[in-house]
Amino acid sequence: MGEAVVFCKGGGCTAKLGPGALSSVLKKLPKFKDPNLLIGFESSDDAAVYKLSSELAIVQTLDFFPPMVDDPYIFGQIAAANALSDIYAMGADFKTALNIVCFPESMDLNILGQILLGGSEKVREAGGVLVGGHSIADGDVKYGLSVTGTIHPDKVFANNACRPGDALILTKPLGVGIICTAARLKAASDEALAQAVRSMTTLNKYASEIARKYRTHACTDVTGFGFIVHLCEMLGDKFSARIDKSAVPFIPESAGYADEFYITAAGQRNRNFAEGKVDLGDCSFAMQEILFDPQTSGGLLISMEPNDAPKALEELKALGLPCTVVGEVTKRLEKAIYIK
Amino acid sequence: MRIDARGKQCPLPVIEAKEALNAAALSEIVEVTVDNEIAAQNLRKLAEQKKLGYVCEKLGEGNYVVKITASGENNPAAESGEFVPNCAVGQGKVAAITSDTMGYGDDKLGRLLMKGFIFALSKQEEPLGTILLYNGGARLSCEGSESLEDLKSLEERGVRILTCGTCLNFYGLSERLCVGTVTNMYEIADILTKAALVVRP
Repeated sequence: MGEAVVFCKGGGCTAKLGPGALSSVLKKLPKFKDPNLLIGFESSDDAAVYKLSSELAIVQTLDFFPPMVDDPYIFGQIAAANALSDIYAMGADFKTALNIVCFPESMDLNILGQILLGGSEKVREAGGVLVGGHSIADGDVKYGLSVTGTIHPDKVFANNACRPGDALILTKPLGVGIICTAARLKAASDEALAQAVRSMTTLNKYASEIARKYRTHACTDVTGFGFIVHLCEMLGDKFSARIDKSAVPFIPESAGYADEFYITAAGQRNRNFAEGKVDLGDCSFAMQEILFDPQTSGGLLISMEPNDAPKALEELKALGLPCTVVGEVTKRLEKAIYIK
Repeated sequence: MRIDARGKQCPLPVIEAKEALNAAALSEIVEVTVDNEIAAQNLRKLAEQKKLGYVCEKLGEGNYVVKITASGENNPAAESGEFVPNCAVGQGKVAAITSDTMGYGDDKLGRLLMKGFIFALSKQEEPLGTILLYNGGARLSCEGSESLEDLKSLEERGVRILTCGTCLNFYGLSERLCVGTVTNMYEIADILTKAALVVRP
């Protein structure tokens, strides 16, 4: 257990750079122009899409981060599920993956073995192939995948093509960042952590495959920037959304842990980025923290034709995680998001 | 109470401050040093949720000092225990300093005298228990005062230096308090009425 404590210093998507910091750097990079690049990083989308032919495009993404749980095998599963998620947020099919590993030379190699085993099992479950990787000796553990998928160029889920009237569906409960933070300080119940782990290790593959059967207009996965910032990105400056806070799924214990201030720097960075764009209404402190909480391997946020939502929701609920219609897209109002 | 939370990731600064506030007595100030603004903002949320006074001062790059005033509600023992030693001669003595000048006449002379008085207090073998600073006296514990060193040496010897918060606000000195903690009228009234001896220079 001695090594496990050093192993997890508080990671996952809470370790992400803040949205403001990132966009200020990306804006300054000269843009690449290629007619076949359907989606690059300008639209802060989940993955890049590059057209190879009129029938086929490749989808590429990579994601890696430090451990957010003490168990290396579970960490491997979560990191892989999280990296694959961007492929599913685009509505694509996963094909190949490469491991990305940072690992201290002084640490027990069996731990690395457990991480890679957990990752490879998720790759196998997802129906793709692990084809290689790269490792670096580093002070801290980090793991993730570089992933390639395929899609028909006309069937890409953009993250910002929602339409007024769309139903917004969230396919996993929020609060996993808060729960992992509380768990790191030994303040989370086993039950709460088990729920968070179950959610984080669940592939978004199944939710994505359901979303493809309906009139999905836009889709993203909720990760480090939290529900609010990811929703802001989806709405862009063309639309707004009304969110029913009583409908938002979250792991129940996370509210209590937020009230005890098991909150992260990343959550506050998300708040700073989006606070002016959101009318929080009479939202409680705990619920605000949950809405800004950085999620590791969070669910899909789907903007769907409202008439299709009830049937889609029925199928999504059968997957076994708390999943609801959390609100609707409206025409652009003064604020991007209204929490009611 | 002072917490150096530099180099610690959130939520540790907030959790440590929360625990210190739970253990603190009424009006005790929990001072947390953090190395980033986000941590200071998370501490502000803690203070706001608990409806406690919050002051943050940026001393330099990567050096923020946050002061949160405890309500003492979780620690009645500390609150009531605080006044027990008042019967003892030294601890029961209170200096109520109501102006930055001493005596009436010339203010320039008065300021000189007050400086001398606090210096002399700091040299006493058996220091008094509490120094209350209100109205013009509030200036003495703030940036620019010539008595700061003497008040700090008194504080190090266990003397409580309490400055009236209303007065600090009135004079626009809230951000400039350099020694001791902030107090309120309930505490001032309590200390004055329970004191064994009140000295008013």
